[in-house]
Amino acid sequence: MVEDDAVLNVSGLKKYFAVRKSYLSSFFGVKDLFIKAVDDVSFYIKRGEVFGLVGESGCGKTTTGKTVLRLIEPTSGETYFEGKNIYKLNKSEMRQLRRKMQMIYQDPYDSMNPRMTVFNIISEPIYIHKLVKNQVVLELVLQSMKNVDLVPPEEFLNRYPHELSGGQRQRVAIARTLVLNPSFIVADEPVSMLDVSIRAGILNLMKDLIENFGMSYLFITHDLAIARYMCNRAAIMYLGKIVEMGSMERLVKNPFHPYTSALMAAVPVPDPTEEKSKVVVSGEAPTPINPPPGCRFHPRCKQAMTMCKEREAVLLEIEKNHYVACHQFK
Amino acid sequence: MSLLEINKLKTYYSTYRGYIKAVDGVSLKIRSGEALGLVGESGCGKSTLALAIMHLLPSNARIIEGSIFFDGQDISNIDEDLLRKEYRWKKMAIVFQEAMNALNPVFKIGDQITEGIITHEHMPLKEAIDRARSALSIVGLDPELLVKYPHELSGGMRQRVMIAMALSCNPNFLIADEPTTALDVLIQAQIMKLLKNLQKKLDLSMMLITHDLSIVAETCDKCAIMYAGKLVEYSDIVTIFKKPLHPYTKGLIQAFPNLRGDLKKLISIKGSPPNLLDPPSGCVFHPRCSLAKNICKERAPILVESASGHTVACHLL
Repeated sequence: MVEDDAVLNVSGLKKYFAVRKSYLSSFFGVKDLFIKAVDDVSFYIKRGEVFGLVGESGCGKTTTGKTVLRLIEPTSGETYFEGKNIYKLNKSEMRQLRRKMQMIYQDPYDSMNPRMTVFNIISEPIYIHKLVKNQVVLELVLQSMKNVDLVPPEEFLNRYPHELSGGQRQRVAIARTLVLNPSFIVADEPVSMLDVSIRAGILNLMKDLIENFGMSYLFITHDLAIARYMCNRAAIMYLGKIVEMGSMERLVKNPFHPYTSALMAAVPVPDPTEEKSKVVVSGEAPTPINPPPGCRFHPRCKQAMTMCKEREAVLLEIEKNHYVACHQFK
Repeated sequence: MSLLEINKLKTYYSTYRGYIKAVDGVSLKIRSGEALGLVGESGCGKSTLALAIMHLLPSNARIIEGSIFFDGQDISNIDEDLLRKEYRWKKMAIVFQEAMNALNPVFKIGDQITEGIITHEHMPLKEAIDRARSALSIVGLDPELLVKYPHELSGGMRQRVMIAMALSCNPNFLIADEPTTALDVLIQAQIMKLLKNLQKKLDLSMMLITHDLSIVAETCDKCAIMYAGKLVEYSDIVTIFKKPLHPYTKGLIQAFPNLRGDLKKLISIKGSPPNLLDPPSGCVFHPRCSLAKNICKERAPILVESASGHTVACHLL
């Protein structure tokens, strides 16, 4: 699954977290346990594309996002950013690359230092990367604020985060990544903490930025309707694995994997005259410490066969550029 | 006949910076067996309204004005003992937002459910346990869970326990305050289906508080939209979605993404909700309204009810 004009190529990415065990149990040979947060995930993101990573909480989407930026080290696997394997780079090479790959966090209330002014927050990355001479920093900051519609920017420069509304804070967070002019941004649930009326503004802003600056996004979300609005392509994750990947419209209109269909059916419809959502799957996802053998979804799957309990389903290309990991489709 | 009738209710929080007008003159009716969706953004006063009905307001909040009629009886300044004996939990109950925080982590599920039953129904422990078991089975849980602690349950199961608890004394009115906000899509669908089924089966009247229009569209008969402490629009669910009149309601609907149908461009509402310490003059929505005229800045619109029961507070109509 290597794409030539891809900004990001991820292959076989794994991230296991060790579960802490008690001191005594280490004498009794208690086996080491791991949370398999990300377990053999591969995908690519093309230039100017929004790639969605969709799944329920605990499925490993945030861990994937952080690992492809090397904010956490992977257990194994490779991530190629503009042709370079980022896990092989040393510290200074990595720092240079970080300018081009940035992250927007979920919670605009927690992701900013409450003691820094808006100017300090947005200018910090410029100083860290020694981007420009001190005299032009202000200019760059103002431009970046204009790009995210924080106008007039002068009015906001000396404010502290608590003086801003949630939507304005998220705009500051976006401005802070934009000053570096990155080519790739990981957006981790950027609107889930915002009110409905403000959400649309941030989403439209992010869409405009793609058109104006030609950057690519890895868009992490649990909200399928938002994913549909934002993404060109997407991967559906379940317990650390990608179960289906393809164009977003295709996933919405005609999903293959039983988990994807269940997700789509469960989304409520904001229209009382249309058909209502359905409960297709019962129960809740098990812990990723001891995932079920075979296909991880089989205990909740209505179409499960004996094979599903025994053998893991591999992600296969069923149609052009549409991948599904399910034994039903071969 | 309305089961619940709220008349011009004002509930303010007193803080050292002044009064926060969380609920500012809200009038609402809920008929018996009806499900009302109360929709609004965070901080618009929807949870305060619920707490005011239940008499669970924090100590710095007070009902300043207005009345709450429940079953024909004004309970807005009823004696606390009487309310506890006659109303709370027995006639009206509430399911709180985050089941994780609403359950006490150091007591078993069984202790927490029976505590409410014994307090309100004065029955011996043995009967209360039986009652708790049947409450758990009503919400689709194994009655053996009574001996578990909250941390042993998943998020969806905890929310079911909360619902079981609220229904344990057979109330006829249930307030569900953002019952699925912290839950995943699949679990949300399960819980909403459960609530809807229970409402039908037990002939409950329900007030569903949420910021998610799509949940209301699927579960409720009526819908009320709140903005900055005021009720701006109220009607049956189809009218709200198909023929909304208030600019705020229209804005909310246009800002909401849909998974079905064609992909439409979302339109956001400019600005952000006001500070309720010092709400805007006139119509509270005027600073964000694209149609605002001079009169909107000067005078607050009153709620006008049309013949079909569609109620709107807007000068432009």
